[in-house]
Amino acid sequence: MELSKKNKLIIHLLLIFSVILTVFPYIWMVLTSLKTQAQSIQVPPVIIPSAPQWSNYTRLFTILPFANFYLNTAVSTVIITFGQLFLCSMAAYAFARLKFWGRDVLFVLLLSLMMIPSQIYLIPQFLIIQKIGLLNTISALILPSLYSAYGTFLLRQFFMGIPKDLEEAALIDGCNFFQIYYKIMLPLVVPGLIALGILVSLWSWNSLMWPLIVNTSTDKMTLSAGLANLSGRSGIQYPILMAGSVLSSLPIITLFFIFQKKFISGIAITGSKG
Amino acid sequence: MSTRKRKENFWGFVLIGPLLIGIIIFNVFPFFENIFFSFTNLGRFGLYRLTGFDNYIYFFKDEQVLNAFWNTFKYVILGVPCIIILSLILAALLNQKIKGKGIYRTLLFLPAVTMPSAIAMIWKWLYNYDFGIINTMLNYIGIHNISWLGNADIIFWSVLIVLIWSGIGYNMIILLAGLQCIPPVYYEAAEIDGAGPIRKFFSITIPMLTPTLFFVTITSVIGTIQVFDIILLLVGKTNLVQGDAISGVYVFYKYAFILQEKGFAAAIALILFILTLIVTLILLKLQKKWVHYQ
Repeated sequence: MELSKKNKLIIHLLLIFSVILTVFPYIWMVLTSLKTQAQSIQVPPVIIPSAPQWSNYTRLFTILPFANFYLNTAVSTVIITFGQLFLCSMAAYAFARLKFWGRDVLFVLLLSLMMIPSQIYLIPQFLIIQKIGLLNTISALILPSLYSAYGTFLLRQFFMGIPKDLEEAALIDGCNFFQIYYKIMLPLVVPGLIALGILVSLWSWNSLMWPLIVNTSTDKMTLSAGLANLSGRSGIQYPILMAGSVLSSLPIITLFFIFQKKFISGIAITGSKG
Repeated sequence: MSTRKRKENFWGFVLIGPLLIGIIIFNVFPFFENIFFSFTNLGRFGLYRLTGFDNYIYFFKDEQVLNAFWNTFKYVILGVPCIIILSLILAALLNQKIKGKGIYRTLLFLPAVTMPSAIAMIWKWLYNYDFGIINTMLNYIGIHNISWLGNADIIFWSVLIVLIWSGIGYNMIILLAGLQCIPPVYYEAAEIDGAGPIRKFFSITIPMLTPTLFFVTITSVIGTIQVFDIILLLVGKTNLVQGDAISGVYVFYKYAFILQEKGFAAAIALILFILTLIVTLILLKLQKKWVHYQ
């Protein structure tokens, strides 16, 4: 159906209004991050600072070990993402295709895990990490997140959609089930792997509670925990805080702008397969 | 065939092995240990003795904790419908034949990929009493400064606005994908029967979208119960009126890892689990009444 000119205009106006409400906080963050403290509190407000204060960004690195935050966040996010892709897809293939003893009981267990709020594990998980002496290490960030019930469930949906004859042919050719999983099935669920990869890396990059709990020494913190730490310090001014917020969220936002199609279709897939 | 069966058994366990080990160490065992801890007075140094139901009795006597759970309930009841209605409106607008859809979609999705800690920082600055841009703009139209994060009557609403603002992008994308799956023939048939846009929206779009709406409802409800980062950083640990904005998950964190009353926190976690379970079951039960699967 063709829309009338008037209706189109109304739709555009509504969308532009929503975009302004969504984007304005980001613009204000970036503008503030380039102001001097005096400019940031001036009335009437300075909109665009005459001389951008890039030094706000460099000062961050002297207040807190921001370079370490980047390294810790990036390393843990990459390992968690690839760990989940590997472990979840392996298990998902087995749940989708192999008839092994206790499969259905285990799958119900997996489904019920998805409904349990993570807080119930946190105290014992913290005590385990403490007991094996991993507090304040990158491993502490990674270990409990190397797999997920959700990822296994999501990928199983993808494996279920693949016709079975491919595997039968490979079995007759003498492949074992790991080879079938790795060489034949995995390439067929790449859209699922991309979707899960995006979700997991987003989640891991942004997560706060667990990193805050296990890594309390500043050089082992992630960006989000570092930001929390920065905001808790007295005398930190808003231009610096905004610079920290820009630096912490910029990598994922940049990736999103580069791969927007993949991000959006990946998120959309989780809605239809979940 | 029996060798095939043996092979499937063997490889099945090899392939799920790592996942199974992870789940046993980091989920199954902690789950039961947490239940056990909730009946103890586990504290800072790992020593504890059994205290029976004391933690649960404290829970129902502690007004701050009860209030936090009440706040969580209010965030869900008020926030989720707002998030879903606004996301649905935006998704429906983006589903029209207009120019520049891609740009609108990308920009509206931004909050879904932004670190919640950064979102909290930005809004804390926007809400700032003396120098925040919101109050500055309100001054121009003659409204005196509002204490967004310092007034017991307002702080809840300030947090709620940020939760809604940050929750729309993700749900909008899921709903848009759902809208695009509705076959156009239904609309064409309705048009022949003379149905207008409003009629089509309520008689075709909504019923066809109910599976997606259900998915969005359940994930938003659980997501809102779980909100932590934004509340921790927006409200702040030392805020005098924090009692009116903090959530159940926040008090769990506070007792477990700040006050180090881990036994009590374990009881809070278990109650949170039971409440989440009840809510999920209610939603699943109600699903039969309004969700149409094809």
